[in-house]
Amino acid sequence: MKKKSSDILIIIPTFNESANISGLIERVKETYPGWDILVVNDASTDGSGGIAESTGKAFVINLPYNLGIGGSVQTGFKYARNKGYQIALQFDGDGQHKVSEIKKLVKPLKDGEADVVIGSRFNRKSDGFKTQYVRRIGIKIFEWFSFLLIRQKITDHTSGFRAYNRKVFCFLADNYPTDFPEPEVVILLGHNGFKMKEVFTQMLRRQGGASSIPLAKGPYYMIKVMLSMFMASIRSKIIKEEKI
Amino acid sequence: MNAVNTTQIQAIAIIISIFFLLMILYLIKNKRIKEEYSLLWIFFSIVFVVFSLWREGLDYIANYIGIAYPPAALFLILLMAIFLILIEFSIIISKLSDKNKTLAQEIGLMKLEMKMMKEKIEKRKSKQSGNQLAETSS
Repeated sequence: MKKKSSDILIIIPTFNESANISGLIERVKETYPGWDILVVNDASTDGSGGIAESTGKAFVINLPYNLGIGGSVQTGFKYARNKGYQIALQFDGDGQHKVSEIKKLVKPLKDGEADVVIGSRFNRKSDGFKTQYVRRIGIKIFEWFSFLLIRQKITDHTSGFRAYNRKVFCFLADNYPTDFPEPEVVILLGHNGFKMKEVFTQMLRRQGGASSIPLAKGPYYMIKVMLSMFMASIRSKIIKEEKI
Repeated sequence: MNAVNTTQIQAIAIIISIFFLLMILYLIKNKRIKEEYSLLWIFFSIVFVVFSLWREGLDYIANYIGIAYPPAALFLILLMAIFLILIEFSIIISKLSDKNKTLAQEIGLMKLEMKMMKEKIEKRKSKQSGNQLAETSS
């Protein structure tokens, strides 16, 4: 990978995905030959970074130590900002999202319909992703809670499949939460007046690795995330209303 | 008997609190604690020196707040001190971890940048040496 060749950057945060990562890069590059890929290797211990580099089809950032998903994705935003990309996509490295659906997220951005597009498992009635009952309750609570806070209806707060335009990722490059960031980002963006849109995306069973939220940690996760969501909504706006 | 005991306790309290204050100052002098992180420590060690010297002060405060047993006022002050200092620690740790994260991200970005520059230079070098070879052979 030598030079920036596109306006679109697909950011793939990875942690110990040596089994999937090269296949994923190949598939993404095959489907979207014109777009750039950035793998953010979050200090994997299984050589994922080296494997990603050896494909020669992606830029690879190797973080010096584990920062977690928030810190990795933010690194990607900083890269996209520094290199002048127009659209940045977050695509999880564990093979849960479908490569073929990336373009579904990019289209509304190109058409100017929204600043952020979130790939949601839920905003369609049928054939959605079957999650455990407990998880579904948690996700419903997020939906309700965030509507209360920002008055935008978002059905899938934990989705890590998202696309951002330049305005948003430049903002997030400086303001990205660290611990379980996804739901908080929704509030942060809604609160700062960005327009979000959800697109239905299918979700595959994860091929390797475990969920970042094990069930036993559920209650801790819910409380921590709802606290950060609430705090994000009462902080003073970082972006001031535009003067007309 | 009772009076002797209390003066004894007071003497011990004075010695300990002064020792504590001196220890903090000594640590700052040796740069083991930074001044900006030691203000609360200094403040509360002075408070303890003051109260061990001025015993009526404690009675006065206990009376004022409505604490029946004056030494309990001491525990209140102690708890407040520990709370405040621990909160200060949380603030410092949060700030540090934030800076730490930014640093790690910057390092990651720079490593990639450096690698790409290296590749570019190497390519140019091999191109040049290739040209030279071509010139000498012709």
